Amino acid sequence: MGAYIIRRLLSVIPITLGVLLITFFLFRVIGGNPAYRIAGKNATPARIQQISHERGYDKPFFLNFQNFPRQLFDAQFPRLCGQLAHFDLGESLSTKQRVSTMLRQGFLPSLCVTVPMFVIELVLAITIALLAAYFRDTWLDRSLVIVSVMGMSISALVYIMVGQYWLASEWRLFPVWGFEGPRYLILPVLIGVIAGVGGSVRFYRTVMLDEMYQEYVRTARAKGVSQQTILFRHVLRNAMIPILTNVIIAIPFLYTGALLLENFFGIPGLGRMTVTALFNGDEDVIFADVFIGSILFVIANVVTDIAYTWADPRIRLK
Amino acid sequence: MTTATTTPLTSTLTTDAATSPTGLWQIAWRQLRRNRLAVVCLAILGVYTVVWLYAEGVFWNAHLRGTTPAYKVSHYDVRNQPPSPAHWLGTNFAGRDNFGQVIQGTRIAYEIGLLTSVIVIPLGFVLGALAGYFGRKVDTVIVYLYSVVDSVPSILLIMAIAYVVRGAIDRSPFFQGITRYIDSGLLAVCFGMGFTGWVGLCRLIRAEYLKHRERQYVLAARALGASDASIMFRHILPNVSHLVIINFSLRFPGLILTEAVLSYLGVGVANEPSWGAIINDAKQRLWLGNWWELAGATIAMFFLVLALNLFGDALRDALDPKLRIAEGKTA
Repeated sequence: MGAYIIRRLLSVIPITLGVLLITFFLFRVIGGNPAYRIAGKNATPARIQQISHERGYDKPFFLNFQNFPRQLFDAQFPRLCGQLAHFDLGESLSTKQRVSTMLRQGFLPSLCVTVPMFVIELVLAITIALLAAYFRDTWLDRSLVIVSVMGMSISALVYIMVGQYWLASEWRLFPVWGFEGPRYLILPVLIGVIAGVGGSVRFYRTVMLDEMYQEYVRTARAKGVSQQTILFRHVLRNAMIPILTNVIIAIPFLYTGALLLENFFGIPGLGRMTVTALFNGDEDVIFADVFIGSILFVIANVVTDIAYTWADPRIRLK
Repeated sequence: MTTATTTPLTSTLTTDAATSPTGLWQIAWRQLRRNRLAVVCLAILGVYTVVWLYAEGVFWNAHLRGTTPAYKVSHYDVRNQPPSPAHWLGTNFAGRDNFGQVIQGTRIAYEIGLLTSVIVIPLGFVLGALAGYFGRKVDTVIVYLYSVVDSVPSILLIMAIAYVVRGAIDRSPFFQGITRYIDSGLLAVCFGMGFTGWVGLCRLIRAEYLKHRERQYVLAARALGASDASIMFRHILPNVSHLVIINFSLRFPGLILTEAVLSYLGVGVANEPSWGAIINDAKQRLWLGNWWELAGATIAMFFLVLALNLFGDALRDALDPKLRIAEGKTA
């Protein structure tokens, strides 16, 4: 198992390289020379050239064949990878802060919103899904499904706008904007849960129903096990695998935060930072973001595999 | 009633079944017809499709004559009017009829669904088929490709692609002929959602091809000397094509919702009234108490997304009872 985990963790290298390559391709190759964005609209060609030279934008993209082969890797992409491999995340173009500082400041507010949202939604969704599976094919199940699908048919934007306007501004139940205490988090978390729970219920219900028709359920019923025990002991444990996959894979994305909620409620998290960086052409922030995101993603995948062996002893990692 | 139908039913069965076996689609259609909810959803989708065709008519009619379409003409004397008999859903900040805007939004929603699928379906299908059929190195490369796409949060990747592609489209002369008819923002959004959305379909098709390549009929075809391409696309494809349709009808609602988010984030459709753009515009006026702009687009979007979701579920149950697990959540 140890060898398996190490082998899987090594896949972080090709995956991260691929992610950086896509990002690099988007921002440097298609997006053009970033020096134009840095220098502003009224820059002289000399100034552009100066910035390009300082930041290495005048080098070739992938491989440098001047003075072959001594400077082969003195090109934009290899240099970027080298920098990130030393965990040097660079500095923001617009705020001149170190990106590592920005990430450190931003991830806590992001987690304050996404973690409670994630946990509440998960517990709520699994409870409702179990309820629907228990009463399957009755009016209760059918109305739960339809309400869930109705819930996921409304744009998250609308939930936020309606919540912020009526609940916060008109009825004054919550603060409208800001990040100054736990009270400021209630409404964003509430909206996030309502917007997301429908899709989760639908997913978990199908997972549970899939198990409902397995042979071991029939056997359990035949030997006289009660419906409740079948549901909570047998079905829930067997449904663990798809549930775990869904849950653990979502965890690395918690750190990027909830883009919309952070923007609407003025929460200084990573989601907001990333969107701002994208529109300012603040590449270093974007590269750092996708770099860390892809590493977390690979780790989450490995954790999922380990969790499988715990949930289902038949699975062995080789 | 049962006695009346028994005799003709058995007689048709004996003759029909002998000449042409009942196909998958026929069985599915029969099952769908029995599902009352699915029939209602299909009717709703029919209404939306008619509205879409009407909106295309309005758009192309104005475009080919070189005039400004009615939904784009401003009437500053009737700005921000609440709903009335003359304007069922009120008017917006420029005095344009909100109902007309919402109808054009239907057109944009359909165009996004179709254009994105033009990218997603060939890309996802071909890559999935190649990976599943050939396995080994081909599979490794394709699985690597989609793992890379998967490890970036999709909304970020869509935004980045849409943002960069839009700049490229606006600059390049090659696209100028196209952007006269299709909004460059819309094209960019479709590129973004297309190049991230193929992963789900690719996974699905790969798993199916993995299964089918071991089947007897594939072995038989190979024994008869069929080429790999012929086995992949003439023998296996008809057995998995229904998955593409299920995938489409369950992906479409997600695209509509994502477009709204993209509009808010500033990379959406630029010069046409998409539902996302209407909702985003309504944001400021909601604080003045103008609820109708938000309500109009939200309701239009709600029923289309709802009908597509429920119909997609019913279609999946009818076409492939084994395939029950939804492919993750929509944005």
